[in-house]
Amino acid sequence: MHKIKNIKRVSSPPLGDLGGSVGNIDAAYHVTGKSIYVDDIPVMEGLLFVKVFDSPIAHGKIKSIDFSAAEKMEGIIKIFSYKNIPGENQIGGIIQDEPLLADHEVHFRGQPILLIAAESEDAAEEAFEKIRIKIESLPIITDPRIAFADGNLLSPSRKFNIGNVKNAFENCTYIYNGTAESGGQEQLYLETQGAYAYPTEHNSVKIVSSTQGPTQVQRTVAKVLGIGMNNVEVDVPRLGGGFGGKEDQASAWGAFAALVAWTLKRPAKCIPHRMEDMRMTGKRNPYSSDYKIGLDEGYNIIAYEATFYQNGGAAADLSPAILERTLFHATNSYRIPNVFVTAHSCKTNLPPNTAFRGFGGPQGMFVIEAAIDHAAKALGLEPDYLQRKNMIDNGDEFPYGQIIKECQSKNCWDDAIETFDVAAAKKEVEQFNDQNQLYKKGLSLMPVSFGISFTNTMMNQARALVHVYTDGTVGVSTGAVEMGQGVNSKMLQVAAKTFGISPDKIKLETTNTTRVANTSPTAASSTADLNGKALLDACNQIKERLFAFIKLELTDLQEASIEIKEEVIYINEEASVFNWKNLIQQAFIKRINLSAKGHYATPIINFDKTIEKGHPFAYHVYGTALTITTVDCLRGTYEIDAVKVVHDFGSSMNRSVDLGQCEGGIVQGIGWVTMEEIIYNEEGKLLSNALSTYKIPDIYAVPKVLDVKFLNTDGNDLAIFKSKAVGEPPLMYGIGAYFAIRNAVLAFNSKAVVPYSAPITPEKVLMGLYSNNGN
Amino acid sequence: MLKFILNDKLVEADQSSGATVLDFIRYNKRMVGTKIGCREGDCGACTILVGNFENGKLVYRSMTSCLMPLGNTVGKHIVSVEGINCDQLSPVQQSLVDTNGTQCGFCTIGFVMSLTGFVLNESSKQYKDAIAAIDGNICRCTGYKSIERAAEILAQKMNDKPNQDTLSWLVDHNFIPAYFLQIKERLTQLRETIIASEKKENTIADKMMLAGGTDLIVQKALKVKKTSVYHLFDVNYLQEIKLEEGLCHIGAAVTVTAFAESKLIQGFFPGLEQYIKLISSTPIRNMATMAGNLVNASPIGDMSIFFLALDSDIVLNNKGVSRTIKLNEFYKGYKQIDKAADEIIEKIIFSPPQKNSFNFEKVSKRTHLDIASVNSACNMQLNGDGVIDTFHLSAGGVAPFPKYLVNTCTYLKGKKISVEVLKEAIDIINQEVSPISDARGTAAYKRLLLRQLFLAHFKNETETVKQLIGI
Repeated sequence: MHKIKNIKRVSSPPLGDLGGSVGNIDAAYHVTGKSIYVDDIPVMEGLLFVKVFDSPIAHGKIKSIDFSAAEKMEGIIKIFSYKNIPGENQIGGIIQDEPLLADHEVHFRGQPILLIAAESEDAAEEAFEKIRIKIESLPIITDPRIAFADGNLLSPSRKFNIGNVKNAFENCTYIYNGTAESGGQEQLYLETQGAYAYPTEHNSVKIVSSTQGPTQVQRTVAKVLGIGMNNVEVDVPRLGGGFGGKEDQASAWGAFAALVAWTLKRPAKCIPHRMEDMRMTGKRNPYSSDYKIGLDEGYNIIAYEATFYQNGGAAADLSPAILERTLFHATNSYRIPNVFVTAHSCKTNLPPNTAFRGFGGPQGMFVIEAAIDHAAKALGLEPDYLQRKNMIDNGDEFPYGQIIKECQSKNCWDDAIETFDVAAAKKEVEQFNDQNQLYKKGLSLMPVSFGISFTNTMMNQARALVHVYTDGTVGVSTGAVEMGQGVNSKMLQVAAKTFGISPDKIKLETTNTTRVANTSPTAASSTADLNGKALLDACNQIKERLFAFIKLELTDLQEASIEIKEEVIYINEEASVFNWKNLIQQAFIKRINLSAKGHYATPIINFDKTIEKGHPFAYHVYGTALTITTVDCLRGTYEIDAVKVVHDFGSSMNRSVDLGQCEGGIVQGIGWVTMEEIIYNEEGKLLSNALSTYKIPDIYAVPKVLDVKFLNTDGNDLAIFKSKAVGEPPLMYGIGAYFAIRNAVLAFNSKAVVPYSAPITPEKVLMGLYSNNGN
Repeated sequence: MLKFILNDKLVEADQSSGATVLDFIRYNKRMVGTKIGCREGDCGACTILVGNFENGKLVYRSMTSCLMPLGNTVGKHIVSVEGINCDQLSPVQQSLVDTNGTQCGFCTIGFVMSLTGFVLNESSKQYKDAIAAIDGNICRCTGYKSIERAAEILAQKMNDKPNQDTLSWLVDHNFIPAYFLQIKERLTQLRETIIASEKKENTIADKMMLAGGTDLIVQKALKVKKTSVYHLFDVNYLQEIKLEEGLCHIGAAVTVTAFAESKLIQGFFPGLEQYIKLISSTPIRNMATMAGNLVNASPIGDMSIFFLALDSDIVLNNKGVSRTIKLNEFYKGYKQIDKAADEIIEKIIFSPPQKNSFNFEKVSKRTHLDIASVNSACNMQLNGDGVIDTFHLSAGGVAPFPKYLVNTCTYLKGKKISVEVLKEAIDIINQEVSPISDARGTAAYKRLLLRQLFLAHFKNETETVKQLIGI
């Protein structure tokens, strides 16, 4: 009806200065409902709906399954079991340990067993109810420590070691040990998982998928169908959120839709209901960990030992890689000369846990922060004294061997202390607590240092494809998936700046495996760096050809300097006869190649798993957060008064996108340590299985004040335009909320027993407030 | 045929009246701007606006289309994002663009609709009203700060909004398309044709009774869609709020919003705004009805707890035969109520509390838009000597159904408040309740929390309360 004419882009041309507020190029389409997600694509005739029949039992042997009645129902075309899989019934990424459809055993509640292909969603739902299954129950394990004790591991355990912990502990004046637990976290992308598939010629299939890993979907579908990867095309327009949940776990949904479409030669859509998504897919890995921290007389932390028991769920998924990153960030921002950390990926009867922003980093950092808090409280010191005293600096060595360079840790910390007047804030908290008995405030500081790169070196590569059309417009394809993080906006900036043309001339294409192949998933905060650098390469190739053409045309200018500014070609800093449009037309007439494929592989990085040493990260991102909370000591509820952050963005190329990543990450991190509680019962049934029982922050739950100060640093050459990666690091500032709330509880009851266990729900707060005091 | 106006078009839908508006607009009308996030009213991605006459005035309310049955659209104006898009971005849309208030975009339409609802409401102009309008919208990307900044921009623009002829002003300022100006007349005409064509052969027998849909459609959407439904939401005589012979009568189909906005009710409950803020969200309150909350019999039903502490009566009607019972006798066990299949609740009757005698408390994992771990209401009156004259206490989340704590009430009547008396009362409470451990907390937590909320009712006895909690 009302056609939108002239949708205004947020950004108008001035892109020469990349520090400006360019914003999100999709925004105008988002706010008018015109952006297209998987379920919005106009479907083809004969569409089938695919519904998953999943296991009602967390562990057992399938004795019998009867779907004959269901299959005869009106509107049901076919019910698929593992027997109908033409290729391999295997979707495991790192380790081949996960069937697409359960065959003889089930290992978690929610494990897919059958696929119902129906002409309507209603018919599928009715058929679901008619399926009868008998499962002989086997023992159910949900606790990673029990799994470890039973020898149930998903992958070999890993150990990082530096110095000599054993000797060091002997020299410690103070030693503290304890346990710290962190809970799972549902990604809760607002758009659930999903895929739409249809058969194409030559025995092929095309899948439109809500995935962070198009190539992973392609690889999985090819394997499941027993066809070549070149027979599988995966297209990703955009995601309604991913947060890691669609890095690996989108593959199954792509395969469900593809299996039905390819087999029945009809279009098929598989989009789970929210509750199905929540019970069938994995979440952030919960961890249970033991720590031991040792300090010398001068309060230098000289030894740290930790053992991490990761709850991996029933299959490896990405857990082994997540486990590794826990070890990489086990010492967060601290210089500790003797470290021995061990991590076990434990197999339990829960849905396979998976990536979530931070990817094991937050779980590792929570433990060292707990250990430092423990030591500080026992020594009668303020935790921030120990934090600052033991902070990393240039020349220090991480336990995995990387020498720290361009360190901004202390800069961020000291800047935060000054900018936010932490001394005054502490005084205010103290005064408030002296004056109030039923409300108490708590304060914490949380430094973050987060390594940027896939820790699997092979994955640090990317490609981009650029076409300049004869009218001067540009099409850009990369391996990056736009999921709200603004990567397409950044890609557009790269092309616009490199070509010196208006962003209005550039279109970001969907992410498609036939245009850009063999992609790494959009993950690890690295997507803008990797794809941006590949895109830069492609744009530069075309630019070089154009410049060579100019020099050829105007032969007297072999040594001339050429540049393009606002679509005008300058030769030796003077405007020439060429503008972008006529240059392109003339170059085409002279048969110059106006397309290019760019490639990038991060230099420097390496990691040797056999010795667990190397230089795995291109660079680190640093920052510090101050958090202040108020606890209602009668009701056990709390509010976050303020989170104030100094963050090292490098030289930010898109401040509003980067600020959005920072704010969003912080609130997600706060959610993880406060209200977001994943609860499984002993039978492995998810109790927090809907948005009514699993709560993420709403607008009233976020910090009243959330300040982010951009620390201006030189950035890093390995970051695109020196604008540092920003996706994951801010999430870990949220950990500060846990400690601030805990400190408020202790202000009410100094003898309170508050285990280091996140999330610190209102329940844990109230139980803590009234623990150990006879009331 | 279900006749209504969808955006600028008249619609005659022959779908089941129990089918959801969400599915209708997305899959029958292929307007895909409205998104599916959770199908249980907890995310707001599917928020639409519903224009309806309230006291002769055309009023727009936000609702979650995932829980709205088509039967509740009859004679109304249903607005999806496609119906508010103008030639240029509206100030609501532009504010979200300018503040980068959208990242993945999937929740964004819900925010746009809710904020448009805010600007359409002639009396809401302040920043806090804008935020309240989006209290049912969940965003996983932004952390809301950029959305708050958009709300600030909008609130500023509302300074110039007139209280009269608001729609024209909004059209002039590009908030909504011009066709909105004809809606009132078109709806009036439409309603005449509906009344003329509809013979009231509407019998309850063998039908599923449905009001706001905010629980039944969450629990069994397919069943509602496939059954013959008797719609109670728009039945006029069930929507009345009135004072008769000193008693308050609340119609069964009164929505939580209507209850909260009633000047009469506000007069009786000075703390009402605070209480209501703790109960679900704006779009859900716009749909959820009083009787719906009662028959749902959820052990933590907020309105049930509210009315129990008012010692309310309810009037039930079975084919013209009515009976009145105490609300606290209505609940018989977990999801067991004293109501025959064809019987409907007509109204709730209570004696208005004295000033400052009533209090409602609720604690949940997330303070807003959440279901209580424990909730409690109390109506307490002291006589001149400080002796408790009237005491009614209810609590949710601590028994198989919304619990009226009769023994505690009996004990406290005639007592003077003291540490010993409240201690004894807490012991009695603990004998009366039987919480279980579930997703909303362990049994031990719920017991402790109930004690705390019980003490929170004694707002004027701070020192006694402090002694009881050991400070």
